[in-house]
Amino acid sequence: MIFEYAPAPESRSVVHLRETYDLFIDGEFTPALSGEHLTSLNPADEETLARVSVAGEADVDRAVVAARRAQENVWGRMSGAERGKYLFRIARIIQERSRELAVLESMDNGKPIKETRDVDLPLVAAHFFYHAGWADKLAHAGFGPDPRPLGVAAQIIPWNFPLLMLAWKVAPALATGNTVVLKPAETTPLTALVFAEICQEADLPPGVVNILTGAGETGRALVDHPGTDKVAFTGSTEVGRGIARAVAGTDKRLTLELGGKGANIVYDDAALDQAVEGVVSGIFFNQGHVCCAGSRLLLQESIAEEFLPRLKERVAKLRLGDPLDKNTDIGAINSAAQLERIRELTDTADEEGVERWSPECALPESGYWFAPTVLTGVGQAHRVAREEIFGPVLSVLTFRTPEEAVTKANNTPYGLSAGVWTEKGSRMLWTAERLRAGVIWSNTFNKFDPTSPFGGYKESGYGREGGRHGLEAYLG
Amino acid sequence: MAERRDGGKRKNEGAADGGATENRTTATKADVPARIAVRKTYKLYLGGAFPRSESGRSHPVTSADGAHLANASLASRKDARDAVVAARKAFGGWSGRTAYNRGQILYRIAEVLEGRHAQFADQLVAALGVSRAEADRYVSAAVDRWVHYAGWTDKFAQVIGGSNPVSGPYYNHSTPEPTGVVVVFAPQGAPLLGLTSVLAPVIATGNTAVVVSSESAPLASIDLAEVLATSDVPGGVVNVLTGKAGEIGPHLASHADVDALDLTGAGESAVDFERAAAATLTRVLRPGPEADGGEDAWLDTDPGTSRLTPFLETKTVWHPVGM
Repeated sequence: MIFEYAPAPESRSVVHLRETYDLFIDGEFTPALSGEHLTSLNPADEETLARVSVAGEADVDRAVVAARRAQENVWGRMSGAERGKYLFRIARIIQERSRELAVLESMDNGKPIKETRDVDLPLVAAHFFYHAGWADKLAHAGFGPDPRPLGVAAQIIPWNFPLLMLAWKVAPALATGNTVVLKPAETTPLTALVFAEICQEADLPPGVVNILTGAGETGRALVDHPGTDKVAFTGSTEVGRGIARAVAGTDKRLTLELGGKGANIVYDDAALDQAVEGVVSGIFFNQGHVCCAGSRLLLQESIAEEFLPRLKERVAKLRLGDPLDKNTDIGAINSAAQLERIRELTDTADEEGVERWSPECALPESGYWFAPTVLTGVGQAHRVAREEIFGPVLSVLTFRTPEEAVTKANNTPYGLSAGVWTEKGSRMLWTAERLRAGVIWSNTFNKFDPTSPFGGYKESGYGREGGRHGLEAYLG
Repeated sequence: MAERRDGGKRKNEGAADGGATENRTTATKADVPARIAVRKTYKLYLGGAFPRSESGRSHPVTSADGAHLANASLASRKDARDAVVAARKAFGGWSGRTAYNRGQILYRIAEVLEGRHAQFADQLVAALGVSRAEADRYVSAAVDRWVHYAGWTDKFAQVIGGSNPVSGPYYNHSTPEPTGVVVVFAPQGAPLLGLTSVLAPVIATGNTAVVVSSESAPLASIDLAEVLATSDVPGGVVNVLTGKAGEIGPHLASHADVDALDLTGAGESAVDFERAAAATLTRVLRPGPEADGGEDAWLDTDPGTSRLTPFLETKTVWHPVGM
């Protein structure tokens, strides 16, 4: 007998959307001089959520000027202890408004409420709380006896963890005495605008945080503006290259957190049930819209026959649907463009003779959806083994020896994350030592913490976010 | 010791390497030199060997007052690619050595360099036109710099890395690891102490290096390569290219198997190289205020970690804690 799940939707009533959102500059919401707008949709049903302003060059200039003034007159002069108290205050307000922010994030992004409620929002609050405590201890952080803020930071964040990426950018910048001009992603601007309200509620001095909504053009104008001292970007490797080129020849400092093609290595002695869970959460967490996703499963050949049926059995139990339903495991793909990219790349697998499997899975009629997919018989030369898909698609490769596992895992221009599953400690450490990646999860996956530095090797970018290490990006 | 050709004024008659000095008194008397000095051919240093440039080219190197010192190899694009291949090949072994072992080897470099103090002092007098006392100071400082970084090899990981108190039942630890193959554009006016100051921190942490020597004063870099080759530094850990940074630099800056650039001596090309590096997200250390200051700019006895951290990656490992 099969028990069906009853719908268990989280209420939208905690969210009070405005029809139109202005830019947040110098402590005020102000219309864009450009006069342009874009529309943010709910990717789960394609309904319009709100219209937001598109910042043009003149708006970028206004924001940078406000940030500079605030840095020089107020924020940079304030004692670390006082700056820290503002950040503690922000952390507390985020905790108080966490349900509202979680629901809004799920609506704007399409990710399950289970994740926004239990992962994104707790981490956002923790990130501000952690960095608040650094503000008056910077002289002890190992960057010299009198580390100085850089000045104004230009920050550009992606759509996969909108508010969490904002926290990763804003909290360390503010703790170290910098002011910021932040551009959220085109498709997920709404929680950043509520964050602007939180800055007002916290009485944060005007100009310390400025939020400019817009698309690629706004981002370019912000990167190119000569009045900033620092650029921090999280997003695709392609855009990251362009930013690195644009910043060359300036005095700006740069940190980049870019793409990945993480390998998840399962050895023959792994605890298989745990490994199945880890592999599933490694790729299907947040619909696979995760730069550090374990998108390549490297399976020791001797256990492949046993492991794959177990994996498929588990994937078949994932529940895809309404992001606001508390039982949903897989939500909506964030945008039509991303859905198209996932389809296009996955179709190349068919053309290249890769075997494709998805569980029987009814997709909602409106909105952007992609069924969880497992690709087997994947070779290292296949596009699905080399390129970041950024969707719920797992490529399975096999190996015979630990040396081969490491070679295959490192055979990518990326180097953000990797996983190792084995019950043998020495083998885990041997493997972790040889993997060229910034974060290694052993017998676990996709764990994050404000105290734990995050960032990549090779073409996954440079610089770290989080922990003592992350402060370096904002200190001179 | 750098040998000059006809007409070169010898400033250091009777230097320690006296065996190579011609006995002019005897020569005048009989018009037959008692002994002809053996001059050194300056070649490249690639993969532990000293080959000529595959291009067969060389360029004349002159002293500060314009006298010919030697012909240095003029490295080509192919030499640059060979150097990257050699550095990549050596990376696994060098980064896999224990920190203690790397420290011993760097200390050995200091020992061997100290033994050749007079040779390098002569070289600097000729190349820079400085006094013998100044040259002695630079050589001593270079020896001390190797000693300084020899001591860093087994300390930076504790200073820079550590455990992270995550909010959950996990062991979580961050460790610095070498970035990989680093191309070092050596400072132009600082052929020994400057070169040492940029090279030693790169290899101390386990990176391997491709050095593009000072264009006008490259000879000390090849003399230094001889020191490295006799100090148990494995072949390929340091590769030295003499020639024109403007010619080989673009190929190195855009090379997909180069992980980082130290642009200290890249001069006006630094911005172009940084732009080229963006194509594969190659890490870049921009020229600092010391870049154009000659050997004097590198005398600071405590350079700190500022030249170590740009060529390190942080790896963070998680593992659950449980029964």
